[in-house]
Amino acid sequence: MLNILDNNHDDAHDGTVNPVEQFLRSDRMPHIWCPGCGIGTTVNSFAHALIESKIDLESLALVSGIGCTGRVAGYVKLDSFHTTHGRAIPFATGLKLANPKLNVVVYSGDGDLSAIGGNHLIHAARRNIDLKVICVNNLIYAMTGGQTAPTTPGDVVTSTNPYGTYDPSFNLPYLVEAAGAVYVARWTAFHVRQLARSMQEMFAKKGFSFIEVLSPCPTLYQRRNKMGDGLDTMKFYKEVSKVRNGAATKDVALTKSGEITVGKFVDRERSDYRDLMHDQLVESLGDDYVETEACSCQ
Amino acid sequence: MKADPHGVLTGTHFLDGDHACCEGALAAGARFAAGYPITPSTEVVERFAARVPTVGGCFIQMEDELAASIALQGGVWGGAKAFTVTSGPGFSLMMEHIGYAAMTETPCVFVDVQRGGPSTGLPTLPAQADMMQARWGSHGDYEIIALCPNSPQECFDLTIKAFNFAEEFRVPVMFMMDEVVGHMTEKVVIPPADQIEVTPRKHTHKSVEDYLPYGTNGDMVPEMAHAGDGYKFHVTGLTHDEHGYPNMTPQVQDKLVRRLQNKIRSATDRICLFEEDRLDDADVVVVSYGITSRVAQRAIDAARDRGLKVGKLRLITAWPFPEKKIADLAAHVKAFVVPELNLGQMVHEVQRAANGQAKTFAVSHAGGGVHNPDEILNTIVEASRC
Repeated sequence: MLNILDNNHDDAHDGTVNPVEQFLRSDRMPHIWCPGCGIGTTVNSFAHALIESKIDLESLALVSGIGCTGRVAGYVKLDSFHTTHGRAIPFATGLKLANPKLNVVVYSGDGDLSAIGGNHLIHAARRNIDLKVICVNNLIYAMTGGQTAPTTPGDVVTSTNPYGTYDPSFNLPYLVEAAGAVYVARWTAFHVRQLARSMQEMFAKKGFSFIEVLSPCPTLYQRRNKMGDGLDTMKFYKEVSKVRNGAATKDVALTKSGEITVGKFVDRERSDYRDLMHDQLVESLGDDYVETEACSCQ
Repeated sequence: MKADPHGVLTGTHFLDGDHACCEGALAAGARFAAGYPITPSTEVVERFAARVPTVGGCFIQMEDELAASIALQGGVWGGAKAFTVTSGPGFSLMMEHIGYAAMTETPCVFVDVQRGGPSTGLPTLPAQADMMQARWGSHGDYEIIALCPNSPQECFDLTIKAFNFAEEFRVPVMFMMDEVVGHMTEKVVIPPADQIEVTPRKHTHKSVEDYLPYGTNGDMVPEMAHAGDGYKFHVTGLTHDEHGYPNMTPQVQDKLVRRLQNKIRSATDRICLFEEDRLDDADVVVVSYGITSRVAQRAIDAARDRGLKVGKLRLITAWPFPEKKIADLAAHVKAFVVPELNLGQMVHEVQRAANGQAKTFAVSHAGGGVHNPDEILNTIVEASRC
């Protein structure tokens, strides 16, 4: 899916070079993602968002956790960190605080970010650390073979719920809004242009920002639930998705076959962690506060 | 290079070990710490939180030890010297990221102010029962360095040493304090900054084209770049090649994991620090570390007063273990006596290194206090008769 050309940008190239190739480690191809998987599609949108936002690539660091989406860090030609399971956000927190000039993107999956990393997710949102979080949600633990995730909707078959799931699932936009995120949106792998635009908006935002992207896992989720292949899932996304910008996040929970509410749900202002720290220390310490642009060990 | 004078509180102080450790970290150039409160270690980061805004840096209290132990590594890759501080229960949670630091060769320091365990154990009372965990706690094959101070002065001096080793070898260094050393207050002399040697980060000077993030130049320790330097490098906890790219072959695994071990093992003689006294004529050698070494001192002195030929070997570096030193001594002495605040950890290393050449006597203690010197003395007497 990474080779899809966006004709809007052909004029900048001679037509033989994929415009997103500059963002990819070509020497790492082919990637490990299955045919029909949506993760590569989201990376394509990410690359287009980078082109459009003209972000300084040398200032951009990408941090992933573990899982299928966790492998994004290995394929992007950026300073990239493939960390431990669930810990992309706290790693990114340290990176951002030590060098505030960096633009730090966290790119990981639903299980990584909301199960094993769930505590870090809500606390980073509470602190309003200036991180851009892209959460690819395939509704399942894919890399380990299709186990139930905190995002798996009810009444679907997984390898660990062979008779159907009954665990109530997380509504991620509702969760991160409640925890304090300043920007919250949801799209699917079908909404490539809307996703890229949303990523651009997120790059321009200061504070904890979160985009959930639904992605097919034809190998494990769709197959086990007789929902077809990747293309069938695109048709499904097209059919059941409704754009409702500004929708109340409490109303956007996902079900097995019901409406997928997409759009931008939250876009608000709140001082980020570093500004709060700065203001408090200036007030308390006055001239004794030594502010540094970045920590240095040289 | 010399320490940055801004972080160095030159003078004579009356400090506890926790506070002295914090001053050592600042003197070593640490400007980022992530922590989670836990007795008896919290005073280290409390002082850091008070001090670091005045010298240019940042402390963040994270939501748990899992987060603290990886946030500090984000700080390192962002350009800072960084550390975290904990005690047993938190140290258990940090094992995941000690492995990550070893695998990704992230220079950093983990301070463990040991208390009684297992589990919640004795929050405010001492033990030395995390010594094997410090060495073996994370899964897989790796090497770390562990240092054991026995006074507030050493908490200052050796914290600097811990950071220097971390930078030189790009390895996580365990700073193994104990509750007594952490909470005892003594004179601590902090020298002028220009008398403190600090090891700078092994930052690459290579061009972007020539830089191999995990390539080595014969000394087994790769050069490092920071995020934002323009190198667009990749770091992963997966087995990786010299480019830092994942590679799942047994050949790459073998090459990588052996290098991670050998970069420390090949420098064991230099890393192994110890204090020795009256070993020349000794029949019995008391091997100890941390607070127990100070209790053992009294037992050694009492034994000498009785005419027993007893010497002292105090381990300042616990890991890598000074096998050669023990083996050399084993050829000349009758026995080793090993008191420690656990039911037998480092004593097994002494026994292994002695390799049957000399007997080994453990003086175990489950923690919660320190030994009565008489317990150690009695064992010295017993060992002298063997």
